[in-house]
Amino acid sequence: MASVFFMLTMTLYFASTVCYLAYLLRRAETLSNVSLGITAMGFATHTVALVARMADAGQTQLPTFHEALSFFSWMLILVFLAVEFRRQLHVLGSFIVPLALVSLVTAAAFRSDEVYSLQPVFKTLWVHVTLSMLGTVGFAVAFVAGVMYLIQDGLLKSKRFNVLYAKLPALDYLDHLNQQSIVMGFPLLTLGIISGAFSAEIVRGTYVNWNPEQTWAMVTWGFYFAVLVGRLTIGWRAKRAAYLTIIGFAGVILTLIGVVLKSHGSVS
Amino acid sequence: MHIIVVGLSHKTAPVEIREKLAVPESRLREALSRLCAYPGVREGLLLSTCNRVEVYAVVEELESGYGRVQEFLADTHLSLSSEQLTPHLYWHAGDRAVGHLFRVASSLDSMIIGESQILGQIKDAFEVAMTHKASGLLLNKIVKKAISVAKRVRTETKIAETAVSVSYAAVELAKKIFSNLNEKTVLLIGAGEMAKLAARHLIANGVRQVRITTRNVQHGLELAQRFNGTAVPFDDYKTELADADIVLVSTGASHYLVTADDVQRAMRQRMSRPMFLIDISVPRNIDPAVRPIDDAFLFDIDDLHMRVEQNREDRLREATKAEQMVIEEVSVLGQWLQSLEVTPTIVALRTRTEEIKRREVDKIMARLGHLAPEDRAAVESMASAIINKMVHGTMVTLKAEATSASGAAYVDAARRFFNLEETPAGYTSGHAEGPDGQGTGVSNGTGRLPDTSAVPHPIKEQGRRVR
Repeated sequence: MASVFFMLTMTLYFASTVCYLAYLLRRAETLSNVSLGITAMGFATHTVALVARMADAGQTQLPTFHEALSFFSWMLILVFLAVEFRRQLHVLGSFIVPLALVSLVTAAAFRSDEVYSLQPVFKTLWVHVTLSMLGTVGFAVAFVAGVMYLIQDGLLKSKRFNVLYAKLPALDYLDHLNQQSIVMGFPLLTLGIISGAFSAEIVRGTYVNWNPEQTWAMVTWGFYFAVLVGRLTIGWRAKRAAYLTIIGFAGVILTLIGVVLKSHGSVS
Repeated sequence: MHIIVVGLSHKTAPVEIREKLAVPESRLREALSRLCAYPGVREGLLLSTCNRVEVYAVVEELESGYGRVQEFLADTHLSLSSEQLTPHLYWHAGDRAVGHLFRVASSLDSMIIGESQILGQIKDAFEVAMTHKASGLLLNKIVKKAISVAKRVRTETKIAETAVSVSYAAVELAKKIFSNLNEKTVLLIGAGEMAKLAARHLIANGVRQVRITTRNVQHGLELAQRFNGTAVPFDDYKTELADADIVLVSTGASHYLVTADDVQRAMRQRMSRPMFLIDISVPRNIDPAVRPIDDAFLFDIDDLHMRVEQNREDRLREATKAEQMVIEEVSVLGQWLQSLEVTPTIVALRTRTEEIKRREVDKIMARLGHLAPEDRAAVESMASAIINKMVHGTMVTLKAEATSASGAAYVDAARRFFNLEETPAGYTSGHAEGPDGQGTGVSNGTGRLPDTSAVPHPIKEQGRRVR
C-alpha cells in the first residue's frame, strides 16, 4: 500500500509543480487554487505513504535514505502549507513544491522494498536523522526565500515590472522569511549533530572521527552560525543574506550527497 | 413598468454643467421626494458625484418617464433649461439601464477605471433612497445586485489592484520593498506638489514617521504640521538619510542634492536595511549613480510614469473581463425581472394547476376503471372546477394589480406561493404586453441587449432622445 500511495504522491506533486510553474507565468490567480488543491491532496497521500511505510516496518523510525528524503519533502510541503495558510503567499508554492518534487524523485531512486530492521545499536539513529532533516528543511526554506529575494531585487533594480514582480512579495518580507527559517533551522541542525555524535559513540565508540561527511556537516554548521551571528550583529541581511543562504544550502546538499555515497559504499 | 436611467457623466458633459446639476447631500431628500412626486414615477434613486449625475427610476410608461426625469433634472438648477441639458444626457431602459448601473458600480465607466470611490457613493445614494422610501422592490433588488457585481469584479479581476497616478505608483513600489509601512520613516526633501501627494498616500497607507526639510523654514514647519511630522533643518538632510526608509525628493535645485557617496554612507549606517528613494524633481536631484548601490532602490519620475502606463494597460485588459461579467449578471437579473411580469406568471400558473389536476385525475381513474364514461367526465370536471376556483382569486388579483405600484410584489409572491420558479421557455421581455393590452411587466425600452457587443458605452450609444 505504501508504494501505491508513494507513486500517487509523486504524480500529484508533479502535477502541482507544473501548475505552480504555469502560475508564475500567467496573470490569472485562479491557477494557484488548483495548484494548492493538488498539493494538499499530494500531502495527504504522502502522509498515508509515510505512515504505511512505518507500519510495514513496524517501527517509528527512518532507517534509510529513502525515508529521510521522503520525510524531508513532506516537511517542506507542510511548512509551505502553513505559510500559505497564514500569509496566502501563493508564489512560494512555485518555488517550494518543485524542490519537494526533486527531493521525492531522489527518494524514489533510493527506494527499496525490503524493510530494514536495524540492529538495536542503531535504534537511536532516528533522532539524529529527524533533527538533521528538520534543520535542513529550515535551510531549504531560507534558500527558497533567498532565491525569491534575489529575483525580486533584480526586477526592482532593472525596473522590470512583470508578472513575477507582481506575484513576489515585498523584499523585507522575503528577508524576514529567510531569517526566520535559519533561526528555526539552526538549533535543530545543532541538536541533530549532537545526537549524531552520541549515536556515533554508541556505534563506533567515538563521538567524532572527522570523516568527510562529518567534516562537511561541521563546516555547514559553522557557516550557518556565521550567517546567523553576522545577521544579528553586523547587518548581514537583505541581498547578502540571500546569497549566503543559497551558498549554505549548496553545502547542505553536498553533505547529503556525501551521506548517500558513503552509505551506498558501505552497503556494497 | 420600466426601469430607466437618465443622466450625464464626465464622458458626456463638461464640468460646468455637472457642477450645476450636482445635488448636495443636504438636498438629496428634497430632490428625491420631488422626483417621486411626478406622476408615473414609482421608484427613484439619485446618484450625484463630481463625475456624474444620474437618476435611476421605475416608471409606468417609457416615453413619459424619460420626459419626467429630464424635467426633474432641468429643474434642479434654475439657470438650466431642458434644451441646454439635452445634448449632454444619455437615456437607457430595461437591461441597458441595469447594465449601465452595473458598469458604473464596477467603476468601468469611471474617469479612472477601477477606482473604488464610486461604489461607496452608490451605497450612500441607495441608503438615502431607502430611508426616504424612494426605492422599492425593483430598485432595491437592482442596486443590491449592482453592489454585489461590483464586489465580484473587484475580487475576480485585478481592475483595482494597480496604481494609476505617479504619486500612487510610489506607494505601490514602496509596498514591494517594505511589507509593512507602519514602522517606516519618510524623509521629504523639498515640497513639490507631487511629492506632497505621494507623502499623503504613504501616510494613508500606514507610514507614521514623516520628517520634512525645505529651504524655506516656515514652509517646512507648515508642512510638518499638516503631515503631523517633524521639520528638520535643510542643512542636515544628508545625516537624516540614514534614518529614512523612504526618501522623497522634489526641489527646484538644478544639481544633485543626494549623491552616490551620501547614499553609500547612509547604507553602511543602516546595516543594509533597504532604502527606497524617489526623485520626482526635474532636473533630477538624486544622482543616477545611486542605482547600482545594493539595497538602495532609486526611482525617478520617468520610472514612475512608466509604471503608471503599464498599470493603465493592465486595467484596460482587466476591464474587458469585467465587462463580460456585467453582461452575465445583467442576464441573470433579467431573468428575475422577467419573472415579475404578469402574463407569463398567469400562463405558468395555469400550466402548473393543469399539471396537478391531470396527474391526480389520471391516478384516480386508474383505480376507478369500472366507471362509465359520463361518470369519468363528471369526476374530471369536478377536479377542474376545484382547481379553477382555487386560483381564480389569485389570477384576478394579479391582473388587477398589474399596473399598480405593488404589482411586482404580488407577482413575486404568487410565484413563490405556487412554486413557479422557472421562466416559461421562449418568453422574452420584448413582448411584455398583458392580456388586456396593458403594458405590464418590465419591458425593455431599447430592445434586447445585442448578444456580443457588450453593454453599450454611453458615448457611443447615446440611447434615445425624447421627442
